[in-house]
Amino acid sequence: MLDSFYVAWRYLAFHKARTATLVACVTLLAALPLALQVLLEASERQLRARAEATPLLLGAKGSALDLVMNALYFADAMPAPISMAAQDQVDASALALPIPLYVRFQARGFPIVGTTLDYFDFRGLEIARGRPLAMLGEALVGAEVAARLGLTPGDGLLSSPETVFDLAGVYPLKLRVVGVLAPSRSPDDRAVFVDVKTAWVVEGLVHGHADLGRRADDSVIIEQTEGNTIASAKLAQYTEITEANIASFHFHGDPAGYPLNAVIVVAQDAKSGTLLRGRYLNGESPHQLVLPGAVIDGLLADVFRIKRVLDAVIGVVGLATLLALALVFTLSVRLRQREIHTLFRIGCSRFTIARLLGAEMAIIATASAGLCGAALTAVHASSDELVRRLFFG
Amino acid sequence: MIRIEALEFSYPDASLKLRVKSFQIATGEKLALIGPSGSGKTTLLNLVAGILLPQRGRIQCQDVEVSSLGDRQRRDFRIRSIGFVFQDFQLIEYLHVLDNILHPYRITGALRLTPQVRERARTLAAQMGMGDKLHRPVDRLSHGEQQRVAICRALLPSPALVLADEATGNLDPCNKGLILDLLFASVADQGATLLAVTHDHDLLPRFDRVVDIAEGQSRS
Repeated sequence: MLDSFYVAWRYLAFHKARTATLVACVTLLAALPLALQVLLEASERQLRARAEATPLLLGAKGSALDLVMNALYFADAMPAPISMAAQDQVDASALALPIPLYVRFQARGFPIVGTTLDYFDFRGLEIARGRPLAMLGEALVGAEVAARLGLTPGDGLLSSPETVFDLAGVYPLKLRVVGVLAPSRSPDDRAVFVDVKTAWVVEGLVHGHADLGRRADDSVIIEQTEGNTIASAKLAQYTEITEANIASFHFHGDPAGYPLNAVIVVAQDAKSGTLLRGRYLNGESPHQLVLPGAVIDGLLADVFRIKRVLDAVIGVVGLATLLALALVFTLSVRLRQREIHTLFRIGCSRFTIARLLGAEMAIIATASAGLCGAALTAVHASSDELVRRLFFG
Repeated sequence: MIRIEALEFSYPDASLKLRVKSFQIATGEKLALIGPSGSGKTTLLNLVAGILLPQRGRIQCQDVEVSSLGDRQRRDFRIRSIGFVFQDFQLIEYLHVLDNILHPYRITGALRLTPQVRERARTLAAQMGMGDKLHRPVDRLSHGEQQRVAICRALLPSPALVLADEATGNLDPCNKGLILDLLFASVADQGATLLAVTHDHDLLPRFDRVVDIAEGQSRS
């Protein structure tokens, strides 16, 4: 038997290109549907786990999927904003704990999540190094953010401008990293958490600047009326919040009108949750209160419908590939008729010739299985990252 | 000793009808089989080797009646007792020299590939002047060298009978004599019998006996 494998191996090694092509075809044929399955299982696991851990989500009416993807997975898809008043309304109901979320800006490619300390308790996030948020301008970074950017408590992290061409737009704010979260194998690992007010500072709704009363240059003032002063761009705006300048940071307008993306609603009990949901069923309400689990179930139903179509396509392509492989193999056997005839004349039986061909197929199948296994291991190892890229942008 | 008696063979399409009344080859004899193309020389070799079965008559090789053996027995007989040398060498292109020589041992359970066999293959190759090319791919060898490898492959199992079908047909005149000398010497060393088909009349004087299959005549 070993001799058969040796001879088969020599044949395959002699025809390297043909063998590599065959192995590649068989590997792809086997690995594609399996890798797809691994990815789908990983995505289902990730999506469901997070959604089921989030009881209710309040957001603007519109795409419930965008709302859930943005609030739970910090995806790029941005739902229409709601105001802080919506959160206050939930709070005033005394039926649930509202946790605001404002996910709009990024810092070096990672989403800045504006929230409150309740979020960390709600998600069960622990601080591995440093301390919790305590002051405006501070940031707690997820484990992956810290690892990728090499951040430790005490480091600075600049928020990224939304567009570098918008000179009148949002200026970068230097956030001070005060802590690093322990890994949670969730989107929280890839987020930069700040207090929601800090997120508003990043947006420019809350800002700090040099004291106008101590100005050296009067041309800084464009217009001054009782209770209102309009300054020019000469006025120095603070791009970092420090203990020295924190007192100068102030709100413009009513904070109740400041934007949020969503509010996680942690109902006190099932009844409270049902009561709250009933309030938002009113067609005139500009808000919707969704069950993230149900939204994700809908998404997964679509994904699995697409998977079934893909399975069918892969099945047809696989069948065609198998037929092509069978043709290649048959033609190869026909091309080897002279060799087979020689073996037969020497004294080789048809069974041995079949065994030689079988050994070739077995080697190809083994090599393909090995490569397929390696590919699947790689896909499995990076499935979290792949799923994040596929689903959350 | 090979003995053929009252042999009759024809292909299903009746393209050839071969009749041999009586024919004998003594052990150790070197016999040349000549005749025009299509007269049945290769067919007779195949009948002696048990690849083809006659419709009538007997073929006896050593003490074995080849024509009465079953498929498996004929294969075992062929691999143990007969060495084939072909005109176009019929080496396996994807194996190097040593693997080609050892190939009969790898494709049948009737022969066992032992360290002694490997050593004998090396010795045989060295005797044929191929000792320094054992691991060279056969497609990088000259025709003369390829035929030497083919002879080594035929002789390695120490067959009692060597069948050579136009073994020098693809060689230049210089190589023809050389290869035939090597084949004769090796066959003589092993005490084997040689039955060779040839069209080359210049080589006939080297054989112990020549048989013209078309006329059924033989001359020494």
